[in-house]
Amino acid sequence: MTLESILEQARRERDLGLISQAIPYAGFLGISAEETDGRVITRLAYNERNLGNPALPALHGGVVGAFLETAAIIELLWARETVSVPKIINITIDYLRPAGPKDSFARGIVTKQGRRIATVAVEAWQDEADRPIATANCHFLLRSG
Amino acid sequence: MNDLRLGYEAIIPHIRALSMRALEIGDGVAVMLLPYQETLVGDVESGVLHGGAVTTLIDSAAGLAVLAAMAEPGPIATLDLRIDYLRPATPGKDVLARAECFRMTRQVAFVRASAYHADEGEDDPVAACQASFVVKSVGGGLEADRRPR
Repeated sequence: MTLESILEQARRERDLGLISQAIPYAGFLGISAEETDGRVITRLAYNERNLGNPALPALHGGVVGAFLETAAIIELLWARETVSVPKIINITIDYLRPAGPKDSFARGIVTKQGRRIATVAVEAWQDEADRPIATANCHFLLRSG
Repeated sequence: MNDLRLGYEAIIPHIRALSMRALEIGDGVAVMLLPYQETLVGDVESGVLHGGAVTTLIDSAAGLAVLAAMAEPGPIATLDLRIDYLRPATPGKDVLARAECFRMTRQVAFVRASAYHADEGEDDPVAACQASFVVKSVGGGLEADRRPR
């Protein structure tokens, strides 16, 4: 199944979950997404194998980074109706609080979408949206034409 | 150093989940390997690894380099991580990351890292990274201003 047909089906059925089928690592980590009041919220289900520090315990910093990047991609694919998976140019992640053994949530805001480049700011949290565990700023290359 | 390598690979769940291995650990330096796996792909059409999988590899190597720079490895946490994805990783190829902790202070460690394919070498990286970690130094004053390598 091509990404384009998956996206088409996801939009038709209003089922954001289908998008993670096009992104295997997102499915592997346990990432899903849903739309609430017109906003896309991406969720990372807690899974013991995503831990980077089993003593605390805390999620692996790379998992948190991958989650933020995926939330940005889903925002671009869903909200901005981008047809191909945007290619990441760079990401800057700030780790603000330990990510504990529970579900995490993220929301992306497209700060700027040009014809070729999109800039997305993402914030992730666990219990309270105003106490973020990490934030990221990402640039993506969109397929031109 | 062998204890550090074995501990890192065995104890950290996500490193095990991705079958990552520490190939080299030196004074403030670490090289780690991420085997190519279809579950880590970011785009099924191209088969290219998800940027996040490369982030995970680099963050792991960077953390290991920091631990290798500490007189007595203690708790560390990533403070910030910036990665430039210079080009897509080649589908089907394993990825290596080499990280160097180039500055260690009492509270913060600074790291540079790059990711590359073994056959193409470090001079042609797929990603470049700059990161900092908060370190809980056990040894106290001696570690301050220590410059590995």
